[in-house]
Amino acid sequence: MCGSEKFEVILSVNDLHIEFHDHKQPQTAVEDFDLELSKGEIVGIVGESGSGKSLSALAIAGLLSRHDMYKSGRIMFEGEDLLTCNRRKLRTFQGDEISMIFQEPMTSLHPVKKIGWQTEESLRIHHPEIDKKERRLRAISMLGKVGLHEPERVYDMYPHELSGGMRQRVMIAAAMIGHPKILIADEPTTALDVTVQAQIVDLLKSINKEEGTSIIFISHDLSLVRQICSRVLVMQKGVVVESGSVNDIFTRPKNLYTRKLIASIPRVDLTSEKKDI
Amino acid sequence: MKYILKKASMMVLTLIAVSILVFLAFNLIPGDPATRILGTEATESQLQLLRQEMGLNDPIYVRYLRWIWNFIRGDLGESYSYGSVSALILDKIPITIWLAIMAFFLMFVISIPLGIFTARHEGGVIDKIVVVLDQVIMAIPPFFSGIIITLVFGLTLQLFVPGGFVSYKIDFWGFIGYLVFPAIAIALPKITMCVKLLRGSVIEEISKDYTRTAYSRGNTTRGVLYRHVLKNAMIPVITFMGMALADMVSGSIVIEQVFNIPGIGRMLLSSINNRDYPVVEAIIMGIAILVMVVNLIVDIIYRLVDPRIEAIND
Repeated sequence: MCGSEKFEVILSVNDLHIEFHDHKQPQTAVEDFDLELSKGEIVGIVGESGSGKSLSALAIAGLLSRHDMYKSGRIMFEGEDLLTCNRRKLRTFQGDEISMIFQEPMTSLHPVKKIGWQTEESLRIHHPEIDKKERRLRAISMLGKVGLHEPERVYDMYPHELSGGMRQRVMIAAAMIGHPKILIADEPTTALDVTVQAQIVDLLKSINKEEGTSIIFISHDLSLVRQICSRVLVMQKGVVVESGSVNDIFTRPKNLYTRKLIASIPRVDLTSEKKDI
Repeated sequence: MKYILKKASMMVLTLIAVSILVFLAFNLIPGDPATRILGTEATESQLQLLRQEMGLNDPIYVRYLRWIWNFIRGDLGESYSYGSVSALILDKIPITIWLAIMAFFLMFVISIPLGIFTARHEGGVIDKIVVVLDQVIMAIPPFFSGIIITLVFGLTLQLFVPGGFVSYKIDFWGFIGYLVFPAIAIALPKITMCVKLLRGSVIEEISKDYTRTAYSRGNTTRGVLYRHVLKNAMIPVITFMGMALADMVSGSIVIEQVFNIPGIGRMLLSSINNRDYPVVEAIIMGIAILVMVVNLIVDIIYRLVDPRIEAIND
């Protein structure tokens, strides 16, 4: 996890450029975004709201398909450019090779479908050869792995019967059921309280260790990024202003904005408990 | 189960309230059945005799209790002019029920595909045309569209004989044929409302977070729509359809006049004119029961579709 070892690069993003055309003037949301993700690596993207970090992540996950949006650059994964390949090809990766979890566990799950059904959906789509019984077994085992007690019972429950932290665990289980190569976590802990945050971060770490899944961890919370990531990209107004290993960024921040971000981390020896940037 | 019992007892209470209101209403409006039957030439003693015989001189609560007791036993009483009310209603009710079923069927098979299609192609040419047409047709009351349909399809295109009718006992398919156009007239405004509702509902659900999750798992747009969005989008539509079904039964009262169909609606109107209270009361109670049963069914469907409702009510 310390970045100095040579890993095989599984995802490379070059010159990603995202522009909105929903106003008279085209507005650039992301510019010259570059990212290389190695196998088993956790890369963080930090920045404030509107810095383009979530947009970049959605682009990688193939979830930006608005008509008023212009995208250019290359997102190379398994020899395919995810920006230009057809939808059918893109779908074979989504949920199977590249999974995503979101900021809002309260609304990201389907409100009136059972947890089990949602957890095993990727399997149902990508591996129809797996029969119902086997699917159920795998879903229950995955629900157990993400730390849900009595996974057989949870399997037959509905999202409204679970807490926010439990729902995010369900989201992670559903994302991991196909053993993807890449997990994109877009502010996965922002909507959760602090103790649950720590549990989710630990869970992501252990998934990374046990499954070897590469993780792109997006957050506005530098202290979280420091706990989990080996490398960090700092974004401001759609541009990556600084990138490097976590240690370098935290000990020798070059960019003024990065310094400000670091300075805004609440310190235990001070009385402030505010977590927002 | 507990819920259904609770609902059922509420239904009984509502029915009692409706029955009292109906009974009181017909005792308050002017007009005397005895005069109606014997005519204005009858002498006062003849009228008195008939009133006595019909039990009209008893106190109002005695008459009410007698009526409701007979009603519960299934005896709907005697019509003042046609004989047994039960026989009368049983003879007419298939006509009205078939009319409502056909209108409901039309609404279902037209508005659901159209609502989904327009939502999927929001802002497209067909969507824009449908939205405008929808708004226009929604504003046309069924009796008026009934007249236009009679004019265009009956008189001009001669697809059916205006004012013609065959009893379901004689020629069932001919009977159904005569009901097609009245059913269209009843269904049209409901179709337009349902399309509008479903379109809006689907568009709203598509923008929700769980839709993005569904895409992230590799669903096709069709998969997202039919396996995720539709179940949620249908919840308000189910409510609407339940209300629309009850509305269609009462809407047929007017349409039966326009198309000259001898159903329950026609009978209701002529019975009101003739002060034929037993018939009117039985029909109104029947409509009230129907509305409540439909509501109960909608509630049960609701609980099957949305598990969250149980959590709120229990």
